[in-house]
Amino acid sequence: MIEAYLPIFAMIVIAIVLGVLLLTLGRLLGPKRSNSEKMSTYESGIEPVGTAKARISVKYYLVAMFFIIFDIEVIFMYPWAVNLREFGVSGLVSMITFALLLLVGYFYILKKGGLEWN
Amino acid sequence: MNALALLLVMELGDRFALMGVVLGVLLTAVAYTVYAERRIAAFIQNRTGPDRVGFDLIPQLKFLKGAIGLGQPLADVIKLLMKEDVVPENANKFVHALAPLISLFAALTTIAVVPYAKGVAIADVNIGILYILAITSLGVYGITLSGWASNSKYSLLGGLRSSAQMISYELSMGLAVVSVVVLTNALNMGEIVESQTSNPLNWNVCRNLLGFIIFTTAAFAETNRAPFDLPEAEQELVGGYHTEYSSMKFALFFLAEYANMIVACTVIVTLFLGGYQVPFWTDAPWFVQVGAFITKTLFMMFVFIWVRWTLPRFKYNQLMDLGWKFMLPLGLFNLLIVASTIVIFGNSLPLSILNLVLVALCVAGSFAAKPQSKMA
Repeated sequence: MIEAYLPIFAMIVIAIVLGVLLLTLGRLLGPKRSNSEKMSTYESGIEPVGTAKARISVKYYLVAMFFIIFDIEVIFMYPWAVNLREFGVSGLVSMITFALLLLVGYFYILKKGGLEWN
Repeated sequence: MNALALLLVMELGDRFALMGVVLGVLLTAVAYTVYAERRIAAFIQNRTGPDRVGFDLIPQLKFLKGAIGLGQPLADVIKLLMKEDVVPENANKFVHALAPLISLFAALTTIAVVPYAKGVAIADVNIGILYILAITSLGVYGITLSGWASNSKYSLLGGLRSSAQMISYELSMGLAVVSVVVLTNALNMGEIVESQTSNPLNWNVCRNLLGFIIFTTAAFAETNRAPFDLPEAEQELVGGYHTEYSSMKFALFFLAEYANMIVACTVIVTLFLGGYQVPFWTDAPWFVQVGAFITKTLFMMFVFIWVRWTLPRFKYNQLMDLGWKFMLPLGLFNLLIVASTIVIFGNSLPLSILNLVLVALCVAGSFAAKPQSKMA
């Protein structure tokens, strides 16, 4: 079945080539008149203060971690979903149990205020 | 053996021709979606929109000038090509150039598994829907990296917001897709369309209206379009993650954004609106099926544009609340209901009725709910 993926690989190559081509074209056609003002970072017209590689809110890391937990849950569900008709009631019951277990974690996060953004 | 190889090459030749046609149509469609968006926005806001640029250099096309501005996309592309490519001096030059490439790559390659007519797709892989989810999540990298590489505060904040938003809504999107997989019993895009038959009542939008609403809302967030366009909230973040981008790099982001929107519409059509199925006409000729597919996609694109120019933007905490506290539990609930109905009743008729009731309740609830008076 690997032949089925050949067009996808071709598509990937075409997409990359197209992107590189457009970027090169833009670089060749555009003017190059740089000065230090133009090359500085935009900060509403004032001189940039410090670097932008500053510390960022821990909230974003939390979101990333929650995402991994729940995304793996969703990934688990795909093989289950395709075979659900064969599994029947037992498959349904086990997935409900699984979802309930995850919901316990979800409510823990919720009550801990992990999803608050104020 | 030789005959087999020849057959394979011929088959691949067809695929390449199809690939060329699809990419050509997609890129042209992107250009004219921008134009359509500006015209529709102008119509909604009671102004004229772009109406000047025609094709005066070609005498046969002079008649197109008459106040419809069809040359606008071409003029925009040429303008962007001729602009200077400004890269901030303290930016990471390589990643700065890589980020728009990733965005474009993710937007263009997703379309490969969408079927345009019965048996007509660039790649007919048996895990089509997983491929789509995998590639669309790559798009997050483009935006995060562009925010980080620019070394600008606005870019960084825009990129962070955007990536957090996209991964949050990917969950509810994934759950809605699982409910479709349960209903259609297939991961292959062609099989998903085939199982919806030519009877509109069998389309997943009727069988699983709630899933359709969840998926469409998540698609708005995934494509960073209003009311979820916080990464580009001008009042707070200037240009968001593409503040420091100009010239063709900016154009690639722009291209990717609109290509993403079109691809999202084709996926919605495939999963929920019966794909290429023509209502009440089983086994229609391929060009009718392609026509049906394009019509449905255009309709969904109109909905995307319509929503953008109708709804105001969310605040960030509202956006995250909606994603985590509402859409995620709702998606799980929807999935369990779909699975229970399929297992217990063996068909989806009770599901359609239940979904109608649920959605009616949601709509009624949203009207009854008092607006939040809590001060931020």
